[in-house]
Amino acid sequence: MKQFDYVRPATVTEAVAAAAQPGAVYLAAGTNLLDLMKGNVTRPDRLVDVTHLDGLDGIERLADGSLRIGALVSNADLAHDGEFVKAYPAVAEALLSGASAQLRNAATVGGNLLQRTRCAYFYDTASRCNKRAAGSGCDARDGENRSHAVLGWSDRCIATHPSDFCVPLLALDAIVEIEGKNGRREIALDELHRLPGNTPENESALEPGDLIVAVRLPPAARGFAAHARYLKVRERASYAFAIVSAAAALRIENGKIAEARLALGGVAAKPWRARAAEDVLKGVAPSADAFQEAAWRALTDAKPSGANAYKIELARRIVVRALTLAAAGTPARIPALPASPFASTSGAIHA
Amino acid sequence: MPELNLTSAPAHLRHGSSIGQPLTRRDGVLKVKGQATYAADNHPPGMLFAVMAVSSIAHGRVSSLDVAAAKRHPGVVDVMTPDHKPELAIDPEIKTNPFVFRMEVLQSNEVRYANQPIAVVIAETLEAATEGAVLLAPRYETLPPLVGLDAGKSYVPPVVGVGNPSEIHRGDVAAGLAAADKQIDATYETPAQYHNAMEPHAIVADWNGDHLQIDMPTQGLMLSLGRVAELFGLAPDKIHIRSPFLGGGFGSKGLMAGPPVLGIMAAKLVGRPVKLVLRREQMYGPVGHRAPTRQRLRIGADAEGRLTALDHHARTVSSTFDDFYEPAADASHTLYAAPAIRTSHDAVRVNTGTPLFMRAPGEATGSIALESAIDEMAWACGMDPLAFRLKNYAEVEPITGKPFSSKALRACYDQGAARFGWAKRTLQPRQMRDDAGLLVGWGMGTATFPALMFQAEARAAIRRDGTGAMEIGAHDMGQGAWTALAQIAADAVGLDIDRVTFKAGTSDLPDAGIAGGSAHTATAGAAIHSAGAAVIAKLADLATNDERSPLYGAGNTGVIARDGRLIRRDDEGRSESYTEILARAGIAEVEARGTGAPNPAAMEEYAMHAHGAVFAEVKVDPELGQIRVTRMVGAFAAGRIVNPHLVRSQLFGGMIWGMSFALHEEAITDRRTGRIMNADLGEYHIPVNADVPPLDVITVEEHDPHVNALGIKGVGEIGITGSAGAVANAVWHATGVRVRRFPIRIEELLTGR
Repeated sequence: MKQFDYVRPATVTEAVAAAAQPGAVYLAAGTNLLDLMKGNVTRPDRLVDVTHLDGLDGIERLADGSLRIGALVSNADLAHDGEFVKAYPAVAEALLSGASAQLRNAATVGGNLLQRTRCAYFYDTASRCNKRAAGSGCDARDGENRSHAVLGWSDRCIATHPSDFCVPLLALDAIVEIEGKNGRREIALDELHRLPGNTPENESALEPGDLIVAVRLPPAARGFAAHARYLKVRERASYAFAIVSAAAALRIENGKIAEARLALGGVAAKPWRARAAEDVLKGVAPSADAFQEAAWRALTDAKPSGANAYKIELARRIVVRALTLAAAGTPARIPALPASPFASTSGAIHA
Repeated sequence: MPELNLTSAPAHLRHGSSIGQPLTRRDGVLKVKGQATYAADNHPPGMLFAVMAVSSIAHGRVSSLDVAAAKRHPGVVDVMTPDHKPELAIDPEIKTNPFVFRMEVLQSNEVRYANQPIAVVIAETLEAATEGAVLLAPRYETLPPLVGLDAGKSYVPPVVGVGNPSEIHRGDVAAGLAAADKQIDATYETPAQYHNAMEPHAIVADWNGDHLQIDMPTQGLMLSLGRVAELFGLAPDKIHIRSPFLGGGFGSKGLMAGPPVLGIMAAKLVGRPVKLVLRREQMYGPVGHRAPTRQRLRIGADAEGRLTALDHHARTVSSTFDDFYEPAADASHTLYAAPAIRTSHDAVRVNTGTPLFMRAPGEATGSIALESAIDEMAWACGMDPLAFRLKNYAEVEPITGKPFSSKALRACYDQGAARFGWAKRTLQPRQMRDDAGLLVGWGMGTATFPALMFQAEARAAIRRDGTGAMEIGAHDMGQGAWTALAQIAADAVGLDIDRVTFKAGTSDLPDAGIAGGSAHTATAGAAIHSAGAAVIAKLADLATNDERSPLYGAGNTGVIARDGRLIRRDDEGRSESYTEILARAGIAEVEARGTGAPNPAAMEEYAMHAHGAVFAEVKVDPELGQIRVTRMVGAFAAGRIVNPHLVRSQLFGGMIWGMSFALHEEAITDRRTGRIMNADLGEYHIPVNADVPPLDVITVEEHDPHVNALGIKGVGEIGITGSAGAVANAVWHATGVRVRRFPIRIEELLTGR
């Protein structure tokens, strides 16, 4: 493979300086980056290994009730943290539905947020891809695209963001803490990923050198623990990306939905928050009709980008199901097949 | 003394001490400890690394390669191109025999398919060679590629599979269809699939003068050796191939393909040992695959549900430069007693690597279509799918009218159905639910695979210390040949398995034939059996002709070989140990060779097939369309079972592959470029452990006196057949949606309601 420099900074400040150089990228677990490098999809000049930095691997509850998750916490450690599972069950279920046990042991919270699309044309360097080579064109547009985006896509790019983890995080208003050349700042997760528009190569709000140091869940995120699920339809039981997924979280008071949160995965270049659907659920009793209405609202703007119209109907059905499952209550334990339609024994399925 | 060739059980051999025992694989500990040396584990001193650069276009020619840039990269030693390579002794385009396939070994700049090797970079490290291949930055003159089952004008290939006629008929199909009360006319599609053996194709080639040492996984040591000999103009005895372990082959390592030849050429070019290992995506091109098919089945049945006609046509593809035709329609030859049967094939040429045998070639593709169509007909007749199959049970082979050498399929149906609980199935689809409201479907399929035999030879020896040896160039692809063949060897020489040195896996041993066609245990086993019989006969001669032996004069009544002794058949009190016989004769060891071969007379008289019945349960989410196989039962009759433990594993593997065929596997080809877009195990889906349901395998007792001396039919491939259709039929029974394009996709269940 291409020869590159490998640097291991001692501090976050050193890391930011090292990674701000052109051609530099951060290396955490490398579960995505190394594959991309082996395939010549990305050819960095310098890897800045952040895995030895201190202070980025903790999970801490803050005084105001927030939870702060260090960027280097592994997916597995987070998903198996007892307190975390209790407070944010849908996030844990999403984590456990992703990748394989081996990958989850290695993959990090920060890296998961920044994983690249799984669009085959992005990976295939002989294909045109505006994300990989700005302005080169998009061979997915008229290609094999049954798994591509149905929301927020543009003629320049129809790729989707593959993360499971980000979907419930987004629903819970997660905040991303970033260390950059000008110090620390924070943004909403919803602002981290960008829709393609005319510049699909600009995937995130990060500037050169920016390092995600933590993800924070605000105090209100705990309020949904009793009614929160992640549901993921995929082409095998495990080790597959979502065709469509949804995170649904409800705060139910006196038999009515005081607040609903809903986000979709596998449908757009970013995890997709469905605020219009949330709005119609506010103040109503959980019911099949209400969930159907929410599903229609969530997909109002959807349109096929290729041979994938079925994803719109599938997404509606997943929204209804995820809300139904959430309303039924978070199970005491995460199912053995996390986020799978086959995990449910709640009797919530009615054909 | 002449060598003995025994095709029926010789009197002095007894089987059952080792054969039939469920031994765990003898190489298991080595593998678990990482001590089993696979080809790519070899590192002779001075070895260099070779990496192929492969074409990113499917049709055209390479117009330039930046060789200078690659050579400038630190560590790169040389770059092999069509202009800079060792000459071969013969043109690789010449088909010297039917088992030779054309290969790309840099003979020209022409590009015939995507992922075709176009150059080889040789370097001190794998990393340098890899980067060197990138720096070649090939440019192409691109021509429009031929892609898909409608790529061009179709033609009727002269033969399909290995020498099968492309069209066969028996009886009057048109009349049978015309007379039918019920007709099915259905078209099914199966995708291109790739073998994806866990171990990629690999070679370590080491020239010493005119002697060539090769480490390479192969399912056919002598076929490979012959091909290397002719390509490099070497005498066969100058070539030594070691292939002790394969990490799977499934047909893709049977015949010599281009990449290992490139490894040998690279080693010759640089004068140092070279290792060449394919990357996963490079296995999607030059090393074979299962061709896609489109199959039309027209079936007629009378008012009682008896078949009146079966017409099975398959369209497939071959490459633009060579011929292999997936014999999918031939699956309809043996199973169902239609009075009129026609099977036919046609093909189009596409820009692909040449398709090849892939686990149950033709049988797997044909089976899923046939079993689906039979299921559709059962439903059309209002009959239970098992009852319908029993109604049309073939008492003789339908296409030939020959009797079966043995056929315990009825017992398979009975035992499988009983274990599964089939009797509780609803006739109507979409009627069964579980407690969670998931749709439940039950489906079945009939499994079949021919009982084949090739030719093999083995050498047996019995030593004065009371131990034995058996040598045969057999192949362990992970199926357990090291164990199963050693069991046969132990019984063949009448010794405990631990007292027999069993040698296999190298080309200096007697030819074991190809490990393919589910025939390796039968073929190599028959040779081992014969060699054992021959060496025991020599030993018996020594004893029975020697008046000092207690066995003197027993030549007519015969002896039995057991536990290192020869025992008089009619008087067990009179026996002598091998050690005593050889010591008195003053001989260190006796040795003999034996062969295994098909019996043409028996083949002429009988149809020889293994059979089975597979029952599957699926659950389908009624709204989301996701499918989960929750239970499978397979009952198989495959003659003598040498090692029940290993056989079960083989059948499990086949059943899982069948489920994979129905629900998961598909190479996705970009229809504009002919490039495969999911050439990795992340996106080319096969079942993961979480997909695999509880599996239940029943091996049904079957004694076959005709197939070969040991009565072995083979279990390597049959597990896929029947299973794929059973899962597909279960999906229909769960949902009421008949999906005829495989693998079954969620969208078809969403829109099909």
